[in-house]
Amino acid sequence: MKRFSFAAALLAATVLSGAASAKTLVYCSEGSPEGFDPALYTAGTTFDASSRPVYNRLVEFTPGTTQIEPGLAESWEVSDDGLEYTFKLRPGVKFQSTDFFSPSRDMNADDVIYSFERQLNADNPWNQYVAGAAWEYFNGMGMPDLIKSIEKVDDMTVKFTLNKPEAPFLANLGMDFASIMSKEYADKLEADGKMDQLNQMPLGTGPFEFVNYQQDAVIRYRANEDYWKGKEAIDDLVFAITTDAAVRLQKLQAGECHIFPYPNAADVESMKSNPDLTVMEQEGLNVAYLAYNTTQAPFDKTEVRKALNMAINKEAIVDAVFQGAATPAKNPIPPTMWSYNDAIQDDPYDPEAAKKMLEEAGVTDLKMKVWAMPVARPYMLNARRAAELIQSDLAAVGVEAEVVSYEWAEYLSRSKEKDRDGAVMLGWTGDNGDPDNFLHTLLGCDAVGGNNRAQWCNEEFDDLVNKAKTTTDKDERTKLYEQAQEVFKREAPWATIDHSLVVMPMRKEVQGYVMSPLGQHSFSGVDLAE
Amino acid sequence: MLRFLVGRLAVLIPTFIGVSIIAFSFIRLLPGDPVMLMSGERVMSQDRYEQISRELGYDRPLVVQYVDYLGGILSGDFGTSIVTKQPVLYQFGELFPATLELSLCAIIFAVLIGIPAGVFAAIKRGSFFDQTIMGTALVGYSMPIFWWGLLLIILFSGILQWTPVSGRISLLYYFPQTTGFMLIDSLLSGQAGAFRSAASHLILPTIVLGTIPLAVIARQTRSAMLEVLGEDYVRTARAKGMPPFRVIAVHSLRNAMIPVVTTIGLQVGVMLAGAILTETIFSWPGIGKWMVDSVFRRDYPVIQGGLLLIAAIIMLVNLMVDILYGLINPRIRH
Repeated sequence: MKRFSFAAALLAATVLSGAASAKTLVYCSEGSPEGFDPALYTAGTTFDASSRPVYNRLVEFTPGTTQIEPGLAESWEVSDDGLEYTFKLRPGVKFQSTDFFSPSRDMNADDVIYSFERQLNADNPWNQYVAGAAWEYFNGMGMPDLIKSIEKVDDMTVKFTLNKPEAPFLANLGMDFASIMSKEYADKLEADGKMDQLNQMPLGTGPFEFVNYQQDAVIRYRANEDYWKGKEAIDDLVFAITTDAAVRLQKLQAGECHIFPYPNAADVESMKSNPDLTVMEQEGLNVAYLAYNTTQAPFDKTEVRKALNMAINKEAIVDAVFQGAATPAKNPIPPTMWSYNDAIQDDPYDPEAAKKMLEEAGVTDLKMKVWAMPVARPYMLNARRAAELIQSDLAAVGVEAEVVSYEWAEYLSRSKEKDRDGAVMLGWTGDNGDPDNFLHTLLGCDAVGGNNRAQWCNEEFDDLVNKAKTTTDKDERTKLYEQAQEVFKREAPWATIDHSLVVMPMRKEVQGYVMSPLGQHSFSGVDLAE
Repeated sequence: MLRFLVGRLAVLIPTFIGVSIIAFSFIRLLPGDPVMLMSGERVMSQDRYEQISRELGYDRPLVVQYVDYLGGILSGDFGTSIVTKQPVLYQFGELFPATLELSLCAIIFAVLIGIPAGVFAAIKRGSFFDQTIMGTALVGYSMPIFWWGLLLIILFSGILQWTPVSGRISLLYYFPQTTGFMLIDSLLSGQAGAFRSAASHLILPTIVLGTIPLAVIARQTRSAMLEVLGEDYVRTARAKGMPPFRVIAVHSLRNAMIPVVTTIGLQVGVMLAGAILTETIFSWPGIGKWMVDSVFRRDYPVIQGGLLLIAAIIMLVNLMVDILYGLINPRIRH
């Protein structure tokens, strides 16, 4: 009996020391992923849990920047007409070997083709492996019209042929939907009749391999021993799903997690004064705006929109909602984005002049709706508060505004409608660091009835952004985008509100974390000090 | 007794049908198209829409749909989650032990403190202790759970660092769940410290979830005791010179317990409502948090099926309380 308890103690000690020597990084994430196949979804929360730890893409964004660097493609060539992209794949890249699948070969052209074909080709057996798979990013970015063909030149070379030149194409391939899956794993799941599993148990070439997911509670990953960039410094990565920001803060302070996103603005100062914590801050690649419906009277008149813009006190919004952790916006793209036109003069905050302009435009007793999002977003932490401030600003110039809101999904779909009533508050965080991803996506004529909440189709602006899209020379593109911003300011389809700071609190022992301007949370390269 | 049981069941069945009608209508009263809502698809072609509509049976008359729905429930089909593709009943089974474990701890906590506090207050009626206990109970009863939970977290986890903030166990422990009860599974895992970790994670959520039942039980015990203490047989016992402790513990308390047992049973419904908030604050992976997360994810089949299952549990518990009450107090059967 005695010997037995000694053995048990020894076993317990081994287990404990095993647990102590493994480095575990706990990330208190803000929500549950929708699934683990990044191409099916659009939410950052989902990407943080799927494409970032588990997968790689042909090209990657250099950490902390919006520049692209080689990923699974070692190098690439673009034909002179900008229509053919030939990628040389990196040799010797291993897919993860997990409890649920052991790969027999390295990553090759078949995997790349499979990853895109399933989204591109409606006849592909994987196109509808999840009921109603809409491939929202792939389709939303116009990829089906853009990509003419994807060919395997040899095992390690893939050629994309486009229908028209498209400057942001390379950057787009660094986005989450372009993650490279294992065709071998997919084939096995198909043969076993378990295709659903692809979205539940992901397997890629990335720094961490998936271990398991307990719905709404915890996701576990293990460092990929055979990662092509070398094994990570930490051994285990744990996502502790904690939806309440105040609780996330308490967990950080108690040492139950090492790092978390989206703190409450009010807590930032006290976190900064806590010697156990580091608070990283970065200007977000984002914008919050109020989009008028430019197809409806009186908002179809430029001078009315201008006057309303002059009536809104942005400084007051930034102070009240962000407590200074944001800057008032004058352009539709953030200052950290290339081609930002700093020469633009913002409309001054001038209620008297605004009142006068409205009178001159013959607008009296204007009643309008101001839509406020029901959720906190990085670019707008408290939309209702901001809307109320706008409401009182507008009242000061004789405009009666009513604040309305809907459930989030309903809000997004209703605000798209062309004959929608009122001005909609919304915002955007860039996906790929390209100005096209703001200017064309949010304000182009193609996006009317969709992302273009101002329903604004201006020929001059549209020509500029379309020309910039098909030009590959960056200087030339910069000039075009600068001009587009001038048109935007002159025509005022939106009241631009703010660009926010993104805050990332972590414990002192976390080392090597790099904030992404694209709002991604990636733990590759992170270490924990002893 | 049999007639009593049949009578209770006769009330239960129409109640359950009523609840099922509400759950059934719920999806049709929401803004948006039920086919889109139930399929979880956001973009679909007309063909696909009609196909799904047929698959879900939305092309048939409402009454037929309802009968079908009820038939499904009776055979254990509470729908399938849009998000996880798992049957709602299966998920419920996976998550319910967590809620049950927390609720049992909370009710034990509430009984262990509430009954002595109520008895004490009754004996010392009108005293400073009585007023303090009753005042505290009133505060506890009206405490908003969300605020109360955060307050305890900030104090005990944040400042004093005595208890963990949230979850069921430290994430460093990792073992299979055999019973679903973390206190038992952690012991079975053989990992030193796992049980301690599980127990310490239970402390704050137990207090938060137990606060309202505690206040109700304390008040109910007090008033029941006061009533009993005024009865003739208690006065007789006292007059005969019986030791005061025996008068209270044996003669008074046993009789006072009859209404208190009912109160405890009725608290189960309150607890399930409280669990929704408590589990959300403490990231406790039970059915309360499951419901909230499903609302955020717009997982309508889960919301619909989950509500019905929770309602069924409350009704079953109430039935059991009625039966128990009937057993303790034979007068009620007639």
